[in-house]
Amino acid sequence: MIETLKFVAFLLLKIVVITHVLLGAVAYTVWLERKLIGRMQNRWGPTRVGPFGLLQPIADGVKFILKEDMLPPGVNKPLFVLAPLLAVALGLTSLAVIPFGETVSQLGKLGALQISGFVRADGSIMDPGVGLLIILAVTSIGVYGIALAGWSSNSKYSLLGSLRASAQMVSYELSLGLSLVGVIMLSGSLSLRQIVDAQAGPFWHWNVFVGLQFIAFFIYLTAAYAETNRIPFDLPEAETELVAGYHTEYSAMKFAMFFMAEYANMFTASCVATLLFFGGWHSPLEGLVKYSLPPLLAALEPVFWFAAKIFVFIFVYIWIRGTLPRFRYDQLMAFGWKVLLPLAIANIVVTSLYVAWRTV
Amino acid sequence: MSVLKDIGAIAKGMSITFGEMFQPTVVENYPDGPGPFKGAKFQERFRGLHVLQRDENGLEKCVACFLCAAACPSNCIYIEAAENTEEHRISGAERYAKVYNIDYNRCIFCGYCVEACPTDAITHGHGFELAAFNASNLVYRKEQLLMPTPAPQLQR
Repeated sequence: MIETLKFVAFLLLKIVVITHVLLGAVAYTVWLERKLIGRMQNRWGPTRVGPFGLLQPIADGVKFILKEDMLPPGVNKPLFVLAPLLAVALGLTSLAVIPFGETVSQLGKLGALQISGFVRADGSIMDPGVGLLIILAVTSIGVYGIALAGWSSNSKYSLLGSLRASAQMVSYELSLGLSLVGVIMLSGSLSLRQIVDAQAGPFWHWNVFVGLQFIAFFIYLTAAYAETNRIPFDLPEAETELVAGYHTEYSAMKFAMFFMAEYANMFTASCVATLLFFGGWHSPLEGLVKYSLPPLLAALEPVFWFAAKIFVFIFVYIWIRGTLPRFRYDQLMAFGWKVLLPLAIANIVVTSLYVAWRTV
Repeated sequence: MSVLKDIGAIAKGMSITFGEMFQPTVVENYPDGPGPFKGAKFQERFRGLHVLQRDENGLEKCVACFLCAAACPSNCIYIEAAENTEEHRISGAERYAKVYNIDYNRCIFCGYCVEACPTDAITHGHGFELAAFNASNLVYRKEQLLMPTPAPQLQR
């Protein structure tokens, strides 16, 4: 009984800590984005609140909480309230299966650096065998938040935005899923931990450098940008045509929730890219450079590499936003169906041939 | 081949944005900069808050001829004239402006007063922080518009 309670308490603690780390990262990604986009446009970005504008996310949060929570007339109230909750909840859920390191042996059974991972008695780690499928499923359901937001808002801009979002996310979901099949075949597992373990070693063991997987990686990256509705695929919220798309009618914390959901999805996409293509928490020079760290630092070193790789992906997200203009809607659909999907299928064929050749 | 060209184009665009990150900003340092305008920079011709000029002796250039008030399309200039005397000399000519108010509620910064002025007394400065919480604070008096007395004149 006591054991069970301790287990649950530790598990809750882990969930709370990891969720807060993610939400903090989300808040500071907004700051980083404003700062970097500013520098790319030869201006400073936020500078007024705190040194280098570092307290800007806190000021934004306070503002979002204190703003009036408008409920426009004619909205479908239950769905209108549910939509942002759904979006942000699903954005955070996929975090449950993402592993970001091996184990911290001092913490015993719960030392696995993954919410849904547990250390067995023999020291090996038990994690969901279909972790990747869970992430794909959860991110696919994420479209409901946007679709319901547009549907319940009683506004033509919101409806058009959510229609676009649904069509776009459904189209790119296909190439996103197919682009990952190559990696799954190479590592022979859907467990994120085993996929990462298959890439252990220096950086040329990473999936992105194996065979033609860099093509799969670019398909994944493109599809992930479309999945998360980021520039150059941010048609659902195209300011020039749709005011703000599906969240036109939202204000205060509900709007902030959509914002958080978008950035949480960015993090999920970056995590998946890191885990599947860039060797997860393995250092790029693993096995090449010998050094020893104190035990706690040694346990946290994988987390550092994981965070560094995610930072690179977030930076690329922002960099792309600073560079590319928005697609036209027919271009978006043509690109998704006529270029990415055939390319992803071709990649599967080539990779399966490669896997067959390797095993013969 | 067009795919390679497109990829090349994207790569070029990305390299430009990356390079621009390390260029100096073109942003003015307002309001943290030095000087009375706190870092804001202006074209010489910018028409801001009016400045009433003084001549080389430190006397006011305005001779209260009312031409600016007559030229003003929004009727925002109010002048009361008075005579200079030997012991009370404000301007170089016969008369001076005892009261010179510009109502910035009404002023449209057209610059006609500056064009009309025969003695070049009224000019447009670069002051631009004209917001006020109370509309009555926007009626600027002569003391607010006059160029400060140059230092040597203070000792006279």
